[in-house]
Amino acid sequence: MTVEAVMQQERAVRVAEGQAAEPVIEVEDLSLTFETADGPVFALSEVNLTVRAGDFVSFIGPSGCGKTTLLRVIADLERQSTGRLSVNGVSPEAARLARAYGYVFQAPALYPWRTVDRNVMLPLEIMGLSVAERRERAARYLELVNLKGFEKKFPWQLSGGMQQRVSIARALCFEPDLLLMDEPFGALDEITRDHLNEQLLRLWERTGKTVVFVTHSIPEAVFLSSRIVVMSPRPGRIIDVIDCNLPRDRTLDIRESGDFAEIAHRVRAGLRAGHSYDD
Amino acid sequence: MTTEALSPPRSAGQGLLARAFAGRSGPLAAVCLGLLVLWYLGAVWLNAPVLIDGYERRGEAWSLTRVAGDAMAMERPILPAPHQVVVELDRSILGYAVTSKRSLVYHAWVTLSSTLLGFVMGTVLGVLLAVGIVHVKTLDRSLLPWVIASQTIPILAIAPMVIVVLGNIGFTGLVPKALISMYLCFFPVAIGMVKGLRSPDLLQRDLLRTYSASTSQVFWKLRWPSSMPFLFASLKVAVAISLVGAIVGELPTGAQAGIGARLLVGSYYGQTVQIWAALFTAAAMAGLLVAAMGWLERMAARRMGAQP
Repeated sequence: MTVEAVMQQERAVRVAEGQAAEPVIEVEDLSLTFETADGPVFALSEVNLTVRAGDFVSFIGPSGCGKTTLLRVIADLERQSTGRLSVNGVSPEAARLARAYGYVFQAPALYPWRTVDRNVMLPLEIMGLSVAERRERAARYLELVNLKGFEKKFPWQLSGGMQQRVSIARALCFEPDLLLMDEPFGALDEITRDHLNEQLLRLWERTGKTVVFVTHSIPEAVFLSSRIVVMSPRPGRIIDVIDCNLPRDRTLDIRESGDFAEIAHRVRAGLRAGHSYDD
Repeated sequence: MTTEALSPPRSAGQGLLARAFAGRSGPLAAVCLGLLVLWYLGAVWLNAPVLIDGYERRGEAWSLTRVAGDAMAMERPILPAPHQVVVELDRSILGYAVTSKRSLVYHAWVTLSSTLLGFVMGTVLGVLLAVGIVHVKTLDRSLLPWVIASQTIPILAIAPMVIVVLGNIGFTGLVPKALISMYLCFFPVAIGMVKGLRSPDLLQRDLLRTYSASTSQVFWKLRWPSSMPFLFASLKVAVAISLVGAIVGELPTGAQAGIGARLLVGSYYGQTVQIWAALFTAAAMAGLLVAAMGWLERMAARRMGAQP
């Protein structure tokens, strides 16, 4: 809590002084081409982007625009063909080896033979934390995602929304400063999704983590983000970066406000400009 | 439909029969009964020529009922009747002390011990091979073809020679038989485990990659637990084939001990009843071994939180 408070204070001071936070992710002229049997596929083309500490950046775009691929390159799950990329000032591989980020996949990816709490403890086991510490953290983060009391259940006994919350607790429990989230709520119903969106926003506000979030929902992107990166397909590239300075303590009601509608309109316009519907 | 609704509740007897046939026990009992009838008919049909031959040589009169009666009580029938086998089983299982050479329990134990030793060795070898094949690319290319080629050798046919050769270099008793079992049962384990250890999908592997887990962590936290269903499926095949290996391994040992020895002695002296009793013991052992693997599988599945 104290660490969080300090971080929040630091951020407030930085904002007050009008000075930018240090960059966490820097992408320069990054391209990625997949060689397939049908010829090369240009997944990403000359992407330039800087994500600063404490940012909540959303990648939005239609399917196949490379938003997931870009996230995977940042996470060192793919390698770029050309261009430069640094995470925390080092290469993505070094950042991955240093366990710099927590990754939330589209699917919960829980191990079916582990109970909920042991699923959350998986990264902690791998990172060699003591048993007591593992237990304490699993309990704490399961409570954070409102899953207290479900520790001893197996994944199949949980609903899809609960499973995804377990996977979020698992990404948070080793306390990375950077969260990479790939359409984490894509498969959920809208009610659950709204609820988790609000929880995620509170978490971000409280901990000051840097979040990179992939989505194809405009309201979700506008509601959550401090910046929205609009992408277009074939080849995947960034066509607009929209600042989204809604108050940090926003609630779902803000979606009815004029500011919200205005930003959502800009995002939609950007998507329309970048995407030709002819093909 | 209305008559059914109005009819009085069914009696307990009817209900029991209906329940039995709704489940598995009813059909199973019906099939067993059918086989039993076929067996009795077969016993009469196969044994009749010998009997009729005898009657005619002695100039005795014979009828079909006499043939049927005698066919089920011969000392060395071509095909003994089921109840003769049951009597023989009863005699050779309960009639002697378990340490006696006449006791089927003694022979079953001899076979079981080499079966289990071979099974354990084969399982360990199969798992080790699979681990090597999954983790080392060179082994994947070089070893897997040999593993498959190993099974093209008709080991059952050359088992006697293997036993004789091993006997000559000082391996006698349990070990050579167990080696035959091992040779047969490492194969399904190796093939099943290669598939099992490779069964985790990209997502599950990517997750561990984001934690920069080591190869051994990936193995113990992901590959090994994922492979459990494959392991148990292989073990069921392996344990049954291991028993076959042990029995075949006993055939050329001069008929000292074991189910295989009983089969051989029985065929030397035309003791068909003894052969059938040994066969049924072997079948029961195989059934119990496979059931034991099924039980282990269910225990493991329950511990791993499988959906009931």
